[in-house]
Amino acid sequence: MAVGVPFGERYLAGSSAIHAMDARAKLPAALAYIFAVTLTPAGHWAALGLLALPLVAALAASRLSPLLVARRSALALPFVLAAVPLMFTKEGEALFSVPLFGWTASQQGLEAVLSILAKSWLSVVAAVILTATTPAAELLGAMRALGLPRLLVATVSFMYRYLFVIGEEALRLIRARDSRSARLAGQQAGGRLDWRAKVLGHMVGSLFLRTYERSERVYAAMQARGYDGEPRFLQVRAWRAAHVVVAAALVVYLAGVELYARY
Amino acid sequence: MLGTRVDTAVETAVEVADLRFAYPDGVQALRGVNLTVRRGEKVALLGPNGAGKSTLLLHLNGILRGKGQVRIAGVPLRPDNLAQVRAQVGLVFENPDDQLFSPTVLEDVAYGPLYMGLPHEEVLERARRALAQVGMAGFDERPPHHLSLGQKKRVAIATVLAMEPAILALDEPTAGLDPGARRELIHLLRRLPQTMIVSTHDIPLVRDLLPRTVVMDAGIIVADGETPAILADAALLAAHGLDVF
Repeated sequence: MAVGVPFGERYLAGSSAIHAMDARAKLPAALAYIFAVTLTPAGHWAALGLLALPLVAALAASRLSPLLVARRSALALPFVLAAVPLMFTKEGEALFSVPLFGWTASQQGLEAVLSILAKSWLSVVAAVILTATTPAAELLGAMRALGLPRLLVATVSFMYRYLFVIGEEALRLIRARDSRSARLAGQQAGGRLDWRAKVLGHMVGSLFLRTYERSERVYAAMQARGYDGEPRFLQVRAWRAAHVVVAAALVVYLAGVELYARY
Repeated sequence: MLGTRVDTAVETAVEVADLRFAYPDGVQALRGVNLTVRRGEKVALLGPNGAGKSTLLLHLNGILRGKGQVRIAGVPLRPDNLAQVRAQVGLVFENPDDQLFSPTVLEDVAYGPLYMGLPHEEVLERARRALAQVGMAGFDERPPHHLSLGQKKRVAIATVLAMEPAILALDEPTAGLDPGARRELIHLLRRLPQTMIVSTHDIPLVRDLLPRTVVMDAGIIVADGETPAILADAALLAAHGLDVF
């Protein structure tokens, strides 16, 4: 019944060293990387360059298409727009001013904006590599193994499982509406805006109700197999020393870069 | 026989007496159902939509609790023995997307045994055996949304087989399947030794697989007998919105 949900699986099957790495090492390594990038002082380009190195290495080792990573990471760029006003509000050496408005951009402001841009992009690329090389089920296993509350992991697990089911349901609703959204020649079609908004509102409401009813059926299915309110999971496999060493080495490197950037 | 654990002292698998149930919105779904199923029997549950078939199945392991009595292998269903009863009655839901709620196939099949508190090795062994039994070995790490409907239905059956139940309650097992997937599923059901109660609209399946037929309409049982006799009674079937072609 695949109707083609527009949002696909993030994971791309592969056999690279990055794919093979234990998710319990990959997840904390990626989180440590994002922390390190965030903590780097603004405008310290040398440090940011050093931080880009492990990312480039991971990207090369993962054999993911750079184009794909670039496309997925572009998702973060619109959010950077929020940082642009900083360019004009930060005190510092004047660079240029916007005619008419009389806004003056400062050297320090520009540096701050570019830092935010670079930092968020590096962080997003790290997350893209993590999610493209790790099946969602393994990421969930890693969260569990790293001691995240079970109820939280169970919630994320249901979200992942039913995202696609609900997405397909939404898509079927949209197709049913579009199939009946016809146009006659020479006739103003489409109805009034408020009517269209009402139809959309009903669709969202209907999706919510269906989802709510489904949750009751899922809960019944869980009860039928013994669920007693306490999420339980399969045990995970044994650690491999090499994976731990790689993750630890990355953390040491990140700490080194951070120290260098400060002293 | 693989996967059965039947108490030989008790001949009656399911005993339902004067069962009545109303949904919270006031719909009276069951109005006094009486049904006895012997061990090893294969029973079809026929009836129009809204007859109460699914509601009855949901009572067999205490998901719903109405007035009246339900006995499984001679033991009356009570709040304090629900967990034991659920190990004996494997309920397979109509929509496998409701039944399969874990991120991977293996985790889902392991769910029942895991909740029984079995040791880890046995959980895995039971899950793998159940998957092999339904012809889905090797799909361990697949997310359920990557399976076809036929595959999902078979995995859904595996999720209860892993619990090694004595009774299987199946809700519309062949609904929505293409002829190939339907044939595979029937082939699978034929090989299962459990006592079986199957709610369905699939008359050829009933004729093929289920020697006894119970017809429900408007919350009561209106006919109960051998399948060939029931299916030959055109007047009875027509009166309850069923066709035989």
